[in-house]
Amino acid sequence: MSARTYELIYIMVPDANEQQVADLHAQVSGIVERMGGTIEKTDPWGRRKLAYEIGKHKEGFYVLHVIRGTGDVMKEIDRRLKVTDGLLRHLVVRVDERQEVADRARTKRQETSRRRRVARGLPAERQPGEGPQHENDDDADVTYDGSEGEA
Amino acid sequence: MAFGSRKPSTKSAAGGEKGGQRRGLFRRRKVCKFCADRIDDINYKDVKLLSGFVPERGKVLPRRISGTCAKHQRALRVAILRARQLALLPYASD
Repeated sequence: MSARTYELIYIMVPDANEQQVADLHAQVSGIVERMGGTIEKTDPWGRRKLAYEIGKHKEGFYVLHVIRGTGDVMKEIDRRLKVTDGLLRHLVVRVDERQEVADRARTKRQETSRRRRVARGLPAERQPGEGPQHENDDDADVTYDGSEGEA
Repeated sequence: MAFGSRKPSTKSAAGGEKGGQRRGLFRRRKVCKFCADRIDDINYKDVKLLSGFVPERGKVLPRRISGTCAKHQRALRVAILRARQLALLPYASD
């Protein structure tokens, strides 16, 4: 199975102490390691106000992980988090595909802009003095801009 | 025709559009924010960005109001749905 990149976000109860946070993190990383994945990033957002009340809570402790691994790893994590106490929500999202599309769109846009500028006899890169209006001349047509991003 | 192209061909934009729209209001031409700002990835974690497309009631702002292009509206919708799940945005308020 091929490895993919996922994002895992979970929200713990706001009164979770450091021990509980560390425990849950250990649990997640334990699963990831056991099943041959890697945690690429861990980003605890900390306490944050919830947009709506969950249960009786108005705040939550957010933690974000970026995990590289197979779908089975995430399945197992999802299963475990579902039965974990002290968790308000969790969400697993696959991000590598979306990232690739975004990268492709950006590269393509840059290339197109460069090509057009050269065709108009301008230097390929934007010069410091050029205003934003100037840059927009290229893709004034909104419909065109939309299709440009299509990869 | 003058409506379709944004390029102000000198005087036609100034003279032509005034004839079509009176009422003293200038309707601002709507442009997809994501196309204009070159936002390739509409991320569900970017609450600041998303909240601009979620009016008070908590619903997704329709395309006819925001001017978002179809492609980005789809991505926006998914991002808002995810953000709601994580209580970053409300399902409904009021």
